[in-house]
Amino acid sequence: MSLLDIRNLSVRFGDATVVDDISFSIEPGEKFALVGESGSGKTVSALSVLRLNQDARYDGQILFNGADILQKSEAAMRGVRGMDAAMIFQEPMTALNPLFTIGNQIAEVLMLHEGLNARAAAQRTVALLEKTGIPEPARRALAYPHQLSGGQRQRAMIAMALACHPKLLIADEPTTALDVTIQVQILELLNQLQRDENMAVLLISHDLNLVRHFADRVGVMEKGKLVETAATAALFAAPQQAYTRKLLASHPQRNVEEIAPDAPVLLTGANVRCTFSIKQGWLRKKKFAAVDDVSLTLRKGETLGIVGESGSGKSTLGMALLRLSTATVEGDIRFDSQQVSTMSSAAVRPLRARMQVVFQDPFASLSPRRTVAQIVGEGLALHQPQLGAAQQRADVVAALHEVGLSEDMLQRYPHEFSGGQRQRIAIARAVVLKPDLLLLDEPTSALDVTVQQQVLQLLAQLQRKHGLAYLFISHDLAVIRAMAHQVLVMKDGRVVESGAVADVLQQPSHAYTQRLLAAATYAADNVTRQ
Amino acid sequence: MSATTLPPFSSPEPSISPGRRIWLRFRQNRSGYASLIIFLILFVISLGAELVSNDKPLVASYHGKILFPIAHDYSEKTFGGDFESPADYLDPFIQDQFRKDGNWAVYPPNHYRFDTLNYFAKQPNPAPPSAENWLGTDDRGRDVFARLLYGFRISILFGLALTATGVVLGLLAGAVQGYFAGRTDLFMQRILEIWGSMPELYLLIIFSSIFEPSIGLLLVLLSLFGWMGLSDYVRADFLRNRNLEYVQAARALGLSNLQIIWRHVLPNSLTPVVTFLPFRMSASILALTSLDFLGLGVPPSTPSLGELLAQGKNNLDAWWIALSTFLVLTITLLLLTNIGDALRNALDVRRKA
Repeated sequence: MSLLDIRNLSVRFGDATVVDDISFSIEPGEKFALVGESGSGKTVSALSVLRLNQDARYDGQILFNGADILQKSEAAMRGVRGMDAAMIFQEPMTALNPLFTIGNQIAEVLMLHEGLNARAAAQRTVALLEKTGIPEPARRALAYPHQLSGGQRQRAMIAMALACHPKLLIADEPTTALDVTIQVQILELLNQLQRDENMAVLLISHDLNLVRHFADRVGVMEKGKLVETAATAALFAAPQQAYTRKLLASHPQRNVEEIAPDAPVLLTGANVRCTFSIKQGWLRKKKFAAVDDVSLTLRKGETLGIVGESGSGKSTLGMALLRLSTATVEGDIRFDSQQVSTMSSAAVRPLRARMQVVFQDPFASLSPRRTVAQIVGEGLALHQPQLGAAQQRADVVAALHEVGLSEDMLQRYPHEFSGGQRQRIAIARAVVLKPDLLLLDEPTSALDVTVQQQVLQLLAQLQRKHGLAYLFISHDLAVIRAMAHQVLVMKDGRVVESGAVADVLQQPSHAYTQRLLAAATYAADNVTRQ
Repeated sequence: MSATTLPPFSSPEPSISPGRRIWLRFRQNRSGYASLIIFLILFVISLGAELVSNDKPLVASYHGKILFPIAHDYSEKTFGGDFESPADYLDPFIQDQFRKDGNWAVYPPNHYRFDTLNYFAKQPNPAPPSAENWLGTDDRGRDVFARLLYGFRISILFGLALTATGVVLGLLAGAVQGYFAGRTDLFMQRILEIWGSMPELYLLIIFSSIFEPSIGLLLVLLSLFGWMGLSDYVRADFLRNRNLEYVQAARALGLSNLQIIWRHVLPNSLTPVVTFLPFRMSASILALTSLDFLGLGVPPSTPSLGELLAQGKNNLDAWWIALSTFLVLTITLLLLTNIGDALRNALDVRRKA
């Protein structure tokens, strides 16, 4: 008998059908993965197993251990949740209660479901934490979530989920918020625990390569429908459905032209150092260098990729080069041979039109209370007021066309657009000023793979057409490989390796680059293979 | 221009201008919309209170001459009386004069001003409601309806003015603290704490005994303290919003601090302002009412709801005073709350119109 058998499940919120007539089953001890893009209904499907969707109407059957979840009382459900089926979430920072120590939170599950007393629960907590590979588990049990790193928090979440030996573990994008090297560790941990405990795992992910390394069987979801279910090897070898093929084909493809060796230099940074002062006690301050001794050169029409894990200082460096950083910046930064680093902020302002930024999160980078016309037109009104309203509007429309949006969107607000469309608006805001330099701070990290592909193509196209220079910040080696001419690998604020993309990413000389590459290859090896 | 291979996205519905969408969303809230209409009618009527409730005729014709007693003071002699003093149009003698040989006078619907004393009343004060005094009179013989009408006007105008000053000051202080943060914030917070710990009510009592009490003085005194609650909320919102990427993006466009505050941070930090607007307005009206009730508010002759409530308390047997004032106050506050609710929905651009 299957551990979990979902038959013709539909989930509706009001009028919207989010999950449409899906059926699949998971055997005991099996690793099943649901993949799909955002909005495909994969998380809602998984939450249905624990009946955790709010205000949802269910149709169909969810047989867990032979009993229909949808027929159970709320009290009976509380017995299932955490006991027979447990869940780990994407963002461990928000999934853990910030006011309790992690030991407290794990012990709570034990006391609730197994009726242990506080002392026994505390002992089991430490044992569980040890099992998840957290160093010094007894000390970490007394730590609050904010005192742990992202990887440690996810380990604590896993310990909490495993507390009552669940038969099914639902993992909702468990590694998405983590750095690549940590992602691999967490995935290996899940793999090992799954074997030790012989539990079934339902993995939800948008990341096909991760799924490929982890799951026994895969279900592909599109717009609420389960379009294909197959054994992992079979699915990746011979995808049956068009949508699956499209997903599998959606990895960044190199689409940039080599630049002339005599292209003029646009931006140089020499020994750039960014320091933040951290308060210690009442009056003492400690200096912390987020970026230390970085030198770089960017030519016209060139893309310089800056790679590193979170906290490596890559965004701080980008912001400092454009004089947007709040840190104390030392070193010599020249834009078009003008020294920007010592200019007054008033003197930099006219230069702003020539150096623009596109941010990672298109949901946060557009002011929610301004229309598209206002957002895109603002820079023009500021830097080219002589154009007049009609010409400015024409320029805004032209920029929208250029990024693949239409004129009738001018009066709309950002919330009416999808993530990919918003990122296009953000790009239009930058290119409408006809800049020479664009700082792209993880421009595609928040987007789905197919959309990411489109945005990368758009960026490559704009570069060819206008000879733009890009400072391309990313944690994703595949994206950098596709877009960059030169690359800087950063770790703890310093450059560990730099050079032409082909050299650095094929024959990395530094151990850190090799480790990064190995982790990324594990997570994305069909990119390297081609 | 469009060299791109990507097809333009088409939008699912036709564009409506942002202003029109706000109005459509406002109308969606039916109780709010109805409240706005009722409130506007009441407010417009009260703005023209002199034309609705006055002891002087609007137009009169006396011996073939057209006179405007509402705008000019005519002496009794004009109408065949004996004295140089201004005519009292409630005097039966004068009223008789207008009925004679072709003379006429058009009176406002209610024949009393807020401070009219009817020396010719037939009933002792306070008089119960009658055809003559629709809501009765107070213990000094003044018409309750007239006093309510004029009192409503003063209350609303006072409420609007106090809310406006409070919002402007609160926004200003909150914006400066939240946007610049750091030392500026630290310094201003301490000033605010000191300012906030001043005993407001005692200051009011002291000032009302030093200066001659007036509406203007009250407005200034209440404004000095009324903005602090709001500034805290605005500050918190600014602190949050200043770090968001769209503010960074605006900085990258080269906007100055003032432009960033005005165009980007402020519109996104108005939630507490809009949310508290109806409550602030109600609180302002209630503040004026309670000060008047305690006798610390406006000068005695001014029509005020608080003074009427105090009279109602002193004359419990004259139920019409307390009841009608209570109703006016409650309905006003209810209407304002409904309007505020609809306004909040309307200004939320994320809602569908």
